[in-house]
Amino acid sequence: MNRQIRLVGAGVMVLFIALFVQLNYLQVFHASALDNNPLNGSRVVREYDRPRGQIVSADGQLLATSVPTKDQFKYQRQYPLGSLFAQITGYFSFTYGAEGAEKTYDSILTGANLSNSLPTSIQGLRNLLTQTNKSQSITLTVSQKMQQAAATALGGRTGTVVAIEPATGAVLALYSNPTYDPNLLSGHSQTQVMANYKKLVAAPGNPLSPGSYRNTWPPGSTFKIITSSAVYDHNPALATKTYPVLNALQLPQTTSLLHNFAGETCGGQLLSLFTVSCNTGFGAIGLDLGGQNLYDEAHSFGFDQTPPLDLPAVAQARFPAVSSFSQNQPAIAFSAIGQENVSATPLEMALAAAGIADNGTIMAPHVLDHVTDSQGRTVSTYSDKPWLQATSPATAGAVTQLMLSVVNAPNGTGGAAKIPGVQVAAKTGTAQTGHNTIDAWFAAFAPVPNPTIAVAVLLPDQPSGNAYQGGTLAAPVAKAVIQAWLASGAATAKAVQSSSAVTSPSTTSTTAPSTTSPSVTTQVTSPPATSPVTSPPLTAPPATSPATTLPPATTPPTSASTSPTSAP
Amino acid sequence: MNAAAAVAAPTTPRAPARRRTELGLIVLAVLLVGGLYAIAGLGKAGSLPANIVPFLLIFFALLVVAHVAMRYLAPNADPILLPTAGLLNGVGYTFIARLSSSQASKQAAWTALGFLVFIATLAVVRRGRDLERYRYLFAFAGIGLLLLPLVPHIGENINGARLWIHLGSFSFQPGELAKLALAVFFASVLVERADLLAHGTVRIGRFLVLDPRYLAPIIVAWGLSLLIFLAENDLGSSFLFFALFIGMLWMATGRAYYLGLGVGLFAAGAVFALKVIGHAQSRVQAWLDPWAHPETTGYQIIQGQFAIADGSVFGTGPGQSNASHIPYASSDFIFAVVANELGLVGAAALLMGYLLMVGTGLRIALRADRQFEKLLAAGLALILGVQTFVIVGGVTRLIPLTGITLPFVSYGGSSLIANWILVAVLLRISDDTETPMVVRPSSLVELSDVGLDTGMIDLGTPTPPESGVS
Repeated sequence: MNRQIRLVGAGVMVLFIALFVQLNYLQVFHASALDNNPLNGSRVVREYDRPRGQIVSADGQLLATSVPTKDQFKYQRQYPLGSLFAQITGYFSFTYGAEGAEKTYDSILTGANLSNSLPTSIQGLRNLLTQTNKSQSITLTVSQKMQQAAATALGGRTGTVVAIEPATGAVLALYSNPTYDPNLLSGHSQTQVMANYKKLVAAPGNPLSPGSYRNTWPPGSTFKIITSSAVYDHNPALATKTYPVLNALQLPQTTSLLHNFAGETCGGQLLSLFTVSCNTGFGAIGLDLGGQNLYDEAHSFGFDQTPPLDLPAVAQARFPAVSSFSQNQPAIAFSAIGQENVSATPLEMALAAAGIADNGTIMAPHVLDHVTDSQGRTVSTYSDKPWLQATSPATAGAVTQLMLSVVNAPNGTGGAAKIPGVQVAAKTGTAQTGHNTIDAWFAAFAPVPNPTIAVAVLLPDQPSGNAYQGGTLAAPVAKAVIQAWLASGAATAKAVQSSSAVTSPSTTSTTAPSTTSPSVTTQVTSPPATSPVTSPPLTAPPATSPATTLPPATTPPTSASTSPTSAP
Repeated sequence: MNAAAAVAAPTTPRAPARRRTELGLIVLAVLLVGGLYAIAGLGKAGSLPANIVPFLLIFFALLVVAHVAMRYLAPNADPILLPTAGLLNGVGYTFIARLSSSQASKQAAWTALGFLVFIATLAVVRRGRDLERYRYLFAFAGIGLLLLPLVPHIGENINGARLWIHLGSFSFQPGELAKLALAVFFASVLVERADLLAHGTVRIGRFLVLDPRYLAPIIVAWGLSLLIFLAENDLGSSFLFFALFIGMLWMATGRAYYLGLGVGLFAAGAVFALKVIGHAQSRVQAWLDPWAHPETTGYQIIQGQFAIADGSVFGTGPGQSNASHIPYASSDFIFAVVANELGLVGAAALLMGYLLMVGTGLRIALRADRQFEKLLAAGLALILGVQTFVIVGGVTRLIPLTGITLPFVSYGGSSLIANWILVAVLLRISDDTETPMVVRPSSLVELSDVGLDTGMIDLGTPTPPESGVS
């Protein structure tokens, strides 16, 4: 019988080995497929069973918070400001998953990013064993004040405002109409949430898709910023070439014409062409530059690349491939004025303006300012980094002069953005949509010579009229946003902070009324460290935040100091 | 059968060492369970469980009492089984407590009762062979226990399976005990008839075929219990029972054709079950393609798969998963919760625990010098191994899911008590084997075997003058 007993032992062994193999299959090889299975709600369920970190605006307003509930989950996500920040915070929905910053910073908000690190203290060990204190909160670079200014300036019209701090890439406002209330999707009643979602999907203008960074439109004349940069970068002689005064430009390979807006006549050198947004002149410049140069310049400004904004699914701006021009020379002329197959997100046009404002460097755009732990201590701060060297400081300076003229010259198309005592540089755009409406654009930055804000405004599908609607419709919106920014004191707070250091980022708790400018924090970790303006640690003010180790910048970013390299 | 006699039970020089090993392993098991219990409390509530000190004291006390009882009742028995069973029981309790506090308090009572029954079994069954004498009593008891749930008013249908009896607020699954009773019956009958069963006596054409007469009682018992299991819709127990029967038949006779016969019968039974029992059909469909009906028949399997996958290598940490939403998380699917929270590492360790117990049981069988004890020990070890495989394989979707308990770990009193009895019987056989021949009344064994039944109990507990010498 012993032989049989041994064989039974071997048999049981084989059965258990099969179990081990199956466990390995489930827990190691097949685990991620099962984890990502759409039917697998357990990850979301777990996240609903524990507190999630808060999302706080730059001025300390609570944007997203988890409140305890008594239903099937322990916590429900709420958005106290409703639709105002919806396209930044996104939503955290049991039914539809996460969107916006809720998605990008999910691991921080849940604290999952911490669970892999080995505990280094008793508290760390405790956090490893429990899940009560792991969640972290994020503070955004966007303030309620700026976001509200953008919403008010749009006044309910369909449109988009994107504002960026040129020296850091910090997003200052990111607002689109139509928008939605994320509370509609964060509820726990699945049928209610599904009904709400259906309604939002069917709503005109697709409110769930943030127009500011996910939709593209032809940028129209705002693209002339890039065409002009191409002139200085690739063929500076064209800047002083005098183009004939025309009302329509005869195009090569065809009998069709490129018309000026409203049949006007214009011509002259680059400065006057830019000031009045002369289509015939820029069409001719485009043809003189050639498709390759336009394409290269558009690329160096970020076209056909995904801006590294820390929000999900950022759309790319598009510029046609050079090969497409060989059989279609007129397309070069149309592309030079931002028509034909050129398209851009409002974010991209704000980044282009920010690049000119920041001496040709486009900083990586971001909405995260810093992360705090559950005790309100700052655990990390977003460190700014350049995204692209769009052009040289010299070109940026020259284009800035062109853009100033748009606002300041008596015949400039952007006079509506004039702010007393502040030098505003801008470019209007009135793009044809092809169905008898226009998209009104405005891209601007201020105050020159030390810009602290770059703005892009888009009001799509406006009835076409005889005025330059980029100037009449979009410019006042940009002006209001710039004024709100300059009035908020945030722009000047840097100078104050650098000398007196009265504020400490660690006091930016989620409930405290904000006396601290968040841009202070970002300023501290300013542009590439080679900047000569950055003080050595010895001269750093003594009372700076313990959370930041880099020496604070002692001056606001200036045109001359923050550019680490120059364009080739 | 009194204390004085028990104290005087023969020991070997190895006995104290074995019991010391056992005590050491018990301390280790209590430390492991205590740590797990504390971490599970931290993971779930963020604080240490309020009752951790009394819990650990009581758990330790139960194991120590069992250990002390072993010193008197089975001093030479194997030192591994008791601590391993205690560890599994403690781990199971910890996970039940983490899932449901109301179930935990019931399981605590069942655990205490389990230890009591363990000691009582050792005290009552003084020699393995005592069981052999009551084979038909065990057969009737086993079948009676199986029939109980079918009795109106007492029996109770839970989830389509009728395997519970209900007396007042007390419910019990008698099938768990029936398994043990029938294992004893099979072992005694099979050992007695091993030779007859191993060699054909009736010639049909060229073949010598077994005389059906010898197989009759076994076939009847097996067929009856199988029918009962099917009537009660308990496929897992049915399979376990069948595997036990075929396995013991093969071990007793050494004839491989019994295995072939078993596979054939099993295939026929499976086809029959699939055609006739809707319950079985849906189980197999849910196994082959749970994704076809993820909200209904496949739900439990799929949620189990998600939970196990979520555990990955190191698990979420005790008390930190949300596996509690799986239906029957504390009974049938407790292994999925363990795999989720302790990961591959913890789940594999748990399986190692079972493997250790099965291996120990088989080693006891190998060392036993009487055929009956040999076959009984091997059968009991087989129950433990197959039952673990059936439920863990079902939960991990290796085989179709059938609702049986994970020994010692699942919530449920009947299963716990039956398994403690199983361990007690294994330890009894181990003690029989390891107790030196000089003090064993081996010369009297023959007397009892030839019919001197009257003095059996006294024969089992002589007062050996040699004990001090050996």
